[in-house]
Amino acid sequence: MDAVAVEVLLQTLIAGLLLGGLYALIGIGMTLIMGVMKIINLAHGELMMVAMYLAYWLFVLLHIDPYISVLIVAPLMFFFGMAIQRFLINPVLKVESILPENQVILTVGIGMVLANLATIFFTSDYRSTPVDYASEAWYLSDFWRNSPIELSLSVPWTVSFVMAVLITVALWFFLTKTDTGKSIRATAQDIEAAILMGVNVERMRLITFGLGAALVGAAGCLFIPIYYLYPSLGGKFTLIAFVITILGGLGSTVGAIIGGLILGVFESLTATYIGMGWAPVGRFVIFIIALIFLPGGVASILRRHRLGR
Amino acid sequence: MKRYAPYLILGIMAILPLIGLSTYMLHILIMVIMWSVIGMAWNLLGGYCGQVSFGHAAFFGVGAYTAGILYYKLGVSAWWGVPLSVLILVVEALIIGFICLRLRGPFFALATLAMGEVMRVTAENLRDFTQGSLGIMLKERTWVEKTWYYYIILLIAAVSFVVVKKVIESRLGYYFVAIREDQDAAESLGINTTLYKTIALCISAVLTGLAGAFYTNYMGYIDPEVVFALHDISIVTIMVVMVGGVATFWGPVVGSVIMVLLAEFIRSLPRLGSAHQTLFGILLIVIIIFLPNGIVGDFPKIKRIFGFGRRS
Repeated sequence: MDAVAVEVLLQTLIAGLLLGGLYALIGIGMTLIMGVMKIINLAHGELMMVAMYLAYWLFVLLHIDPYISVLIVAPLMFFFGMAIQRFLINPVLKVESILPENQVILTVGIGMVLANLATIFFTSDYRSTPVDYASEAWYLSDFWRNSPIELSLSVPWTVSFVMAVLITVALWFFLTKTDTGKSIRATAQDIEAAILMGVNVERMRLITFGLGAALVGAAGCLFIPIYYLYPSLGGKFTLIAFVITILGGLGSTVGAIIGGLILGVFESLTATYIGMGWAPVGRFVIFIIALIFLPGGVASILRRHRLGR
Repeated sequence: MKRYAPYLILGIMAILPLIGLSTYMLHILIMVIMWSVIGMAWNLLGGYCGQVSFGHAAFFGVGAYTAGILYYKLGVSAWWGVPLSVLILVVEALIIGFICLRLRGPFFALATLAMGEVMRVTAENLRDFTQGSLGIMLKERTWVEKTWYYYIILLIAAVSFVVVKKVIESRLGYYFVAIREDQDAAESLGINTTLYKTIALCISAVLTGLAGAFYTNYMGYIDPEVVFALHDISIVTIMVVMVGGVATFWGPVVGSVIMVLLAEFIRSLPRLGSAHQTLFGILLIVIIIFLPNGIVGDFPKIKRIFGFGRRS
């Protein structure tokens, strides 16, 4: 391998890791909802799309930087998620029907409505947020003058990644150190036992759905400076979130982080070495491989070696 | 009376074109029948066997592309795609079944959804084979008139109806329902659940593929965005069955009449045309909350609400 090949490989890996960190944030939201409610939220990507439009308009109209608007958008999405859970999903949980998959189909309906409304109100134009640091980058040669290879680190990507990590750490503290967080985890592990212990399961469901929506909303804000925005982008991210949850192991937070990183790196590698158009295929190849060879996801490996929960 | 209803309806459908319908009306009828075929196919797998698929576009699209590629690459009539798609679809269903049927419930649903997307992206990227997003166009149509297309899809629908009815009324049907109600219990009673789920998937895939191959011949143009569409094929398939009635014989037919007419109606509205997905989504949400078993399945409930029919 000559220097250029090494450079390309390293650059690809860096890009993959940065992307993976953001993917992980999306995946955690979905895996939380899946763990507590046992349903898959197929409107997850659409929620992110809504959050991205919020951040976009905050930037365009009020000149609020996307990274600051996390603090505004995430709480808004929290209440939006709670409202969806309260008024749409809860009634369906009580309805008797032949197919238990009704709830999943319901979230598809919600996603369809959100995506279509966004198309009507904001047209299907591609938009991007013209932040002034969008194309800045740090170069390895700035820090190490005689470096044999040249690597660059885009500023917005790095900031987004760091913020994603911070949010993940905050979430970890919330889930392990606070009473509400512990109740959420108890609900995910065994609903009946949680009810017997006096956990208000109904409320935990509300909070979990809100939390999932807030996380994906935060991810949307972090994506805004580095990505473009259009109404039908939701479907793509729903699938990404779903692949991550399968890869990580259903309902496992640590698994979702690892799954997100794996997916990010793998996608980046496919895009560099096979072609941009095939990146989505790479995503699904890894998904199918995970289904066949690792049905329990990364979480099952962790459990086998007694790491994590 | 109830025993003869299918023959009666088939007879009425067969003489309908003879009374001189406009081309547009005939087109609507063809679409209604095509969607009922897909709905019946989905209902067999989703309604009776309980394996909710979110990726029937994968089967529809492969059927359509079988016909398209036969015409485009080998230069034979696209109609050969109809019989050939049976073979191709069985192979595809076996592969997809091998991967997806190890999952249960919602996870199966999502795995099939991913399969549909895999097929779409593959069709977009294999440019030498499928023309990519350019699509395949049939340069000459078999008939200008729609009457023959109508009879062909009517035949396919009649065959599908008979196949589904026979399967459901045989032992297989009971196995399917047992798997839907409780897979572990079915397994412990000695039902080879994987085998029967695979059978249901194969039949369902073949019927959907037939509709797809017909679609290529009828429309004369296919591209991956259309035939592998997530919302416009896979989700609409589910809606056809959900609206009509899950696990009923006539549910998919009723559902497809409502969905096709509704789609046409919404499209004709001056300003709401672009909002058809919103309205579909709202309809889906309303149906799931208030009529979870569809119009046919919850017919007694509808009767009670509107206060007609026998009072008991």
